[in-house]
Amino acid sequence: MPEPRARVMDRLSAILIWSVAGLVAASFVWLVGNVLQHGLAQLSFEFVTASPEDAGRGGGIAPIIVSTLIIVAICMAVTVPVGLGTAILLAEFLSGSSRLGRLVRRSLDVLASVPSVVFGLFGNAVFCQMLGMGFSLLSGGLTLACMVLPFFIRTAEEGLRAVPKDYRMAAASLGLSHTGTLAHILIPAAMPGLLAGFILSVSRSLAETAALIFTSGYVDRMPSSLLESGRTLSVHIYDLSMNVSGGDGMAYSSALVLMVMLIVLNRIAMWLSRKWSTQRVVA
Amino acid sequence: MGLVSTAIVLLIAVFVARESFPLLRSVSPVRLFTDSAWNPLEGAYNMAPMLMGTLVVSAGAVLLSAPLGIASAIFCNFYAPPSVARGYRAVIELLAGIPSVVYGLWGLMVVVPWLARFEPPGVSVLAGILILALMILPTMVMVADATFARIPSEYFQGAAALGLSRWTTVRTIAIPSARRGLLTGALLQTGRAVGETMAVLMVCGNVVQIPKSLADPVRTLTANIALEMAYAMGVHRAALFTSGLLLLVMILVIIACAELVNRERSNA
Repeated sequence: MPEPRARVMDRLSAILIWSVAGLVAASFVWLVGNVLQHGLAQLSFEFVTASPEDAGRGGGIAPIIVSTLIIVAICMAVTVPVGLGTAILLAEFLSGSSRLGRLVRRSLDVLASVPSVVFGLFGNAVFCQMLGMGFSLLSGGLTLACMVLPFFIRTAEEGLRAVPKDYRMAAASLGLSHTGTLAHILIPAAMPGLLAGFILSVSRSLAETAALIFTSGYVDRMPSSLLESGRTLSVHIYDLSMNVSGGDGMAYSSALVLMVMLIVLNRIAMWLSRKWSTQRVVA
Repeated sequence: MGLVSTAIVLLIAVFVARESFPLLRSVSPVRLFTDSAWNPLEGAYNMAPMLMGTLVVSAGAVLLSAPLGIASAIFCNFYAPPSVARGYRAVIELLAGIPSVVYGLWGLMVVVPWLARFEPPGVSVLAGILILALMILPTMVMVADATFARIPSEYFQGAAALGLSRWTTVRTIAIPSARRGLLTGALLQTGRAVGETMAVLMVCGNVVQIPKSLADPVRTLTANIALEMAYAMGVHRAALFTSGLLLLVMILVIIACAELVNRERSNA
């Protein structure tokens, strides 16, 4: 039997731990509930199909959704080929202890922890000024690509590593070339992992604000070319809540749209990675 | 292809340094901390208040969030029934996925007015600490959760055989064995807190001053960049890149510390 003092401590600590968990869960419910409560008020079909009016106080967010999608598309169009190439190099061609492998992995770690606002500075100096793209969707997308690259590579590499050794040996014994093995066996087998990495990267780029304010800019018109400025949903939320008095309601609705997009993506990614891990057990 | 990521890291360092050069060439680095004020248009470049802002808000957020995060992970591993733990982990994952601008919006609309009832103006160091603490909580929970899960189950069987109570098991076995993992978690949290821009920009009030109390508004290095970059020209722009360089150095130091902690762990 524990002595009485220990029993009191045990009871107290249990109460403390449960209340911390309660506090965190309550904050979560409070945050989501608050966004739902204020966001649902203006949400309608109109809201996602109309253009903003009066600096965003009225109208909808159609051009902003379009700009967001374009920026994310540019970002992923760069991230996927570069990231997949790096992941293949790390997983298939370099052993974990080789000097080059260590260097690449170290740089990915650094890249993953660089603050997003510093990516913004970098994008502004390189894409907007040096390469003369100005404040544009293209600059924003490319800046985001640099930012999400490490996350995509990490997930893709894990996906490739999870493919059982037997597959590679079977391919080798059939006389398949290295490229053939990659294209026909490894990449299809690692697809759930690659897709999960893809979705995580899309979520990261959707959520980003600081790197975009001074690379893709603030313009809320419907973009007509990649070299035009356009704001994403998250920049729109920021601008409405900070710079536009009376924009709160619309900021909440935009936040709701953004969060719904993110939660749907998150669920798909979870489902994919679960599918991927059961597949690994079966294989 | 694989070197692209290495190249990007180098390019970031090179470009941020290059763009801050116009300032560092004409102004000695000491003046960044001793000038009378931050007023780049008139040649005063004192970043100390913003550096203090970043340090105070980040330190406060980590000090608040790390214990809560560790307690949350202990909850998932040792206290909660499996179904509750699963639900709780899902909540943490969703918290991790909420964009910082939404945290900022909630902070601005809910937390700030609530704080203002006790001590106006509400936008303050404390608001920043509270919002950031919630934002960086998932980082600690995920790292601590993984660390606790790696502790060999023999340890717990031994504890059970000795008749140790649950709290004694957690205090004398789980936490000491997970020490390094928890430290890594706290360092990762610090990195995120230092680099966070939007949430602190929206709730901290952005007044350039060294805060005297938790209720004072403050401006962080990241917020300063985000606020002024849109219209900064010439040396002012260079000054903002210099503060970006300062941030980059801080992050590198934090990564190096985390690396050191991990290396010791693999040696032990």
